[in-house]
Amino acid sequence: MELDEQQIERYSRNIVLAEIGVEGQRKLRAAGVLIVGAGGLGSPASLYLAAAGVGRLGLVDPDAVELSNLQRQVLHTTRSLGAPKVESAAAMVLELNPDVEVETVRERLTADNALELIGRYDFVADCTDNFAAKYLINDACVIAGKPFSHAGVLGFAGQAFTWEPPSGSAPCLRCLIPEQPPADETPDCAGSGVLGAAVGVLGSVQAAEAIKSVTGIGQRLTGRVLSFNCLKMRFSSAAAAVDPSCPVCSRNPGITTLSAENYRR
Amino acid sequence: MITITVNGELRQVQSGATVADLLRELGIGERRVAVECNREIVKKERYGQAGLGDGDVLEIIEFVGGG
Repeated sequence: MELDEQQIERYSRNIVLAEIGVEGQRKLRAAGVLIVGAGGLGSPASLYLAAAGVGRLGLVDPDAVELSNLQRQVLHTTRSLGAPKVESAAAMVLELNPDVEVETVRERLTADNALELIGRYDFVADCTDNFAAKYLINDACVIAGKPFSHAGVLGFAGQAFTWEPPSGSAPCLRCLIPEQPPADETPDCAGSGVLGAAVGVLGSVQAAEAIKSVTGIGQRLTGRVLSFNCLKMRFSSAAAAVDPSCPVCSRNPGITTLSAENYRR
Repeated sequence: MITITVNGELRQVQSGATVADLLRELGIGERRVAVECNREIVKKERYGQAGLGDGDVLEIIEFVGGG
């Protein structure tokens, strides 16, 4: 995909990076990234991917913009209160960079639509706010052989990792935590609060992982889990391994199709 | 007592304590964590046997689901 003069100027700070260059910028332009969740994580992820010149962004979110979102979800503005998040997000993305082709899906990602949606993109960013969706994305991406970035945040802290095919080369979410934690053991941002700047850091990590994956540069966050605690201002990572008996990414997995009852909220 | 480092902070635990004991003491459920001891992964099924030694350096990552 050729870059015109304007694009070479717009992306010049990417292009001067030896690891990216013109070739990497063309790869970004040819790539599609699906962002599931246009909220706290999805905001920085979408903005940085759009600004960097990713050619196609898919935005999936069933919700409308609420006042309590605006403390952290910088994709949306006061003017977009009440609007579908995907519409508000698409408008912001296009204002930032009209080069980007945006596909909006004002639906929840489900066991029924996940594989079809994911199949249209090169990389998936899990920017959702609940474990049910995170397990669905994990299983769908493993089944589809699609690389994805996982992140979760609560309060001042969170974690991130990246999975890439082929199955068995990097641990997936179920290798680390085999079963979806029950909803009553898993506080959410509405109940526990979340710092916008903390979720912003992890959403930016996801954007960086997507860029590295589609351009094939650097070391991705595979085989380890990054942990960030904003209150202690500490980044750390722990090694993670493939579980040979993983229910979804092992050689003889129990989960080979997506079934709604496995992802109860 | 022995001294270990947990997520960058020094902490004293009973000698003979296991990873499972430490998680209980910290009030962290075993289901949502990944544990690394001295840069090595501690497998979940070993939390109850994995004894802690003086000077061990642990990273405990408690997965959260928000976003």
